[in-house]
Amino acid sequence: MILIYSDNKNNSLELLGKGRKLADQVKNRVLAVIIGNAGEPEAKELIAFGADTVVIAETDMEHFKAEEYADILQSIINEYNCETVMIGSNKNGKELAPRLAARMETGCVTDCINVSLEGEKLTVERIVFSGAAISRQQFASDIQILTIPPKAFYPPPKDEARTGEVIKKSYQPNSYASKVLRVQEMKSGDVNVEDAEIIVSCGRGLKKKEDIRLLEELAETLRGNTIGCSRPIAADLKWLSEDHWIGLSGHKVKPKLYIACGISGQIQHIAGMRDSAIIVAINRDSEAPIFKSADYGIVGDLYTVVPALTKAIKEEMSS
Amino acid sequence: MNIIVCAKLAADVSEITIDPATGKPVLQGVPKIISDIDKSAVEEAIRIREKCGGKVTTVTIGPPEAKEKIKPLLAMGADEAVLISKPEKEDYSIVAKLLSEAIKKVGNYDIILCGEASIDLFSGQVGPQIAGYLNIPQVTYAQVIIAEEKKVIVERNLSDKVVVIESTFPVLISVTKEINKPRLPNLMQIMQSAKKPIHEWSIESLGIGELSPKVEVVGIDGVPTERKNIILEGEVEETATELAETLAKEGIF
Ligand SMILES: Cc1cc2nc3c(=O)[nH]c(=O)nc-3n(C[C@H](O)[C@H](O)[C@H](O)COP(=O)(O)OP(=O)(O)OC[C@H]3O[C@@H](n4cnc5c(N)ncnc54)[C@H](O)[C@@H]3O)c2cc1C
Repeated sequence: MILIYSDNKNNSLELLGKGRKLADQVKNRVLAVIIGNAGEPEAKELIAFGADTVVIAETDMEHFKAEEYADILQSIINEYNCETVMIGSNKNGKELAPRLAARMETGCVTDCINVSLEGEKLTVERIVFSGAAISRQQFASDIQILTIPPKAFYPPPKDEARTGEVIKKSYQPNSYASKVLRVQEMKSGDVNVEDAEIIVSCGRGLKKKEDIRLLEELAETLRGNTIGCSRPIAADLKWLSEDHWIGLSGHKVKPKLYIACGISGQIQHIAGMRDSAIIVAINRDSEAPIFKSADYGIVGDLYTVVPALTKAIKEEMSS
Repeated sequence: MNIIVCAKLAADVSEITIDPATGKPVLQGVPKIISDIDKSAVEEAIRIREKCGGKVTTVTIGPPEAKEKIKPLLAMGADEAVLISKPEKEDYSIVAKLLSEAIKKVGNYDIILCGEASIDLFSGQVGPQIAGYLNIPQVTYAQVIIAEEKKVIVERNLSDKVVVIESTFPVLISVTKEINKPRLPNLMQIMQSAKKPIHEWSIESLGIGELSPKVEVVGIDGVPTERKNIILEGEVEETATELAETLAKEGIF
């Protein structure tokens, strides 16, 4: 049995996409897990997207906690003889999967961007060295636990006619000496850099917060209102909220056009934007590493280049 | 308060190049450094000790030469260090198991700290695996830690929300790089750190039998970074116009 679990709905569907394909290859079945008090319609939807069985693990827990969730998944894995366990790779999934692996003394790989069977062996690929390389890894354990980042796979087509089994069962995990006191939503705008088609991004080359306006004008001209930034702008200076932050520890983006203004281009930033279709760099230092990762570069002061580019694009668009 | 920090010797990713002939990353000769985020974990441990008293011990896996890389952590303020010899084969589970056994051998621990992930492989597995092996509570992605005598309150950063968690001891906490700015030791501290102990422990001394990897790396390939690398030169207005025209041709507008 292949088990899939994510606390994010879209990610669950993507996991079903891959899980279904793997299962069909070896005539196996797919079991989707929902933890919490979900209803029949939610379970039915997972079946329509490819699950054979849906287990709704009812608990009286209000919030996610890796300790208890790992216990619940361990019970389900044992009960249904699951060999492959695919978990959605958000921050919750990424702390759940390795804990579960250690509890079960089995193998785990996080952030798999590719999953396939080579002969009998489950083979996965993950990005290493800040995006400079891809490592291929094979499991040598009977149970394989992997996490899969969002958008790595497509959700399968929905088939309302599919049938499957829905099992509701309550689980009593062990109790742990930690508890969630509260959850605070972080303030964020309506930005979603991950889906943006055009991103104008700023780094420490910017002298003050107000100057972000220059980039916004360029972004608006390009009819893409999305502003991205390097780590220092969000983490240290806090001029923009964390949902603008692009890179290894920020968001991964793949727009049609990425314009990096005053960003040096350290590998951790490149890790987040290297999949962009076209990369433009504006930097006053001709030696800045960003130019090696760019299609088009202008060496110059962003305070003159960016407004000039905005003007030139306006003219180009109206001509 | 007994605090143990896991500090990884990681490849310095900024020094990794891709061999154009083979398309594979050149790893030979790439210097090893203490992973950036683990330095933040050491800094946080020292701050907790400054507030609550106690002792900070770092644990690292590596060859004997790694002692030189550990010394700066002692200069920052860690009290003692443990260097576990490198196993012949390693994967995430072997590393977590070795560290868990070393932590047990140090003994009497209240807080185990580590980075959210290492700068080279960024798998984020080791913290939660150690917590799993020791079967203790875990809090990952900590951006704030408030330690008190008998408990700790941690803010866990989930990007779109903050989850505040309270735990008694022992607990494993993985920190983000943003939690603090690691201090730079001064000359005096660097000199004094020479006297601090670095215990070298063999794998046998941890009483672990044979360790077989549960995951094996079967290949590593460089990611092609083919970009046009066209630098537009000339007056600002000219280059801006040239770029606008080029983007138009690329079908951007
Ligand atoms: C574990 C780890 C994770 C990390 N994760 C991330 C991440 O997710 N995202 C990220 O971005 N970084 C990340 N970093 C940090 C990364 O290594 C760099 O420090 C960071 O990207 C640098 O940001 P920057 O380019 O804005 O600043 P700097 O490196 O300071 O570069 C500023 C650039 O602006 C140029 N400049 C200055 N003035 C002007 C001007 N007037 N006009 C034009 N150009 C000008 C300069 O020439 C310089 O190239 C991480 C680091 C580590 C160790």
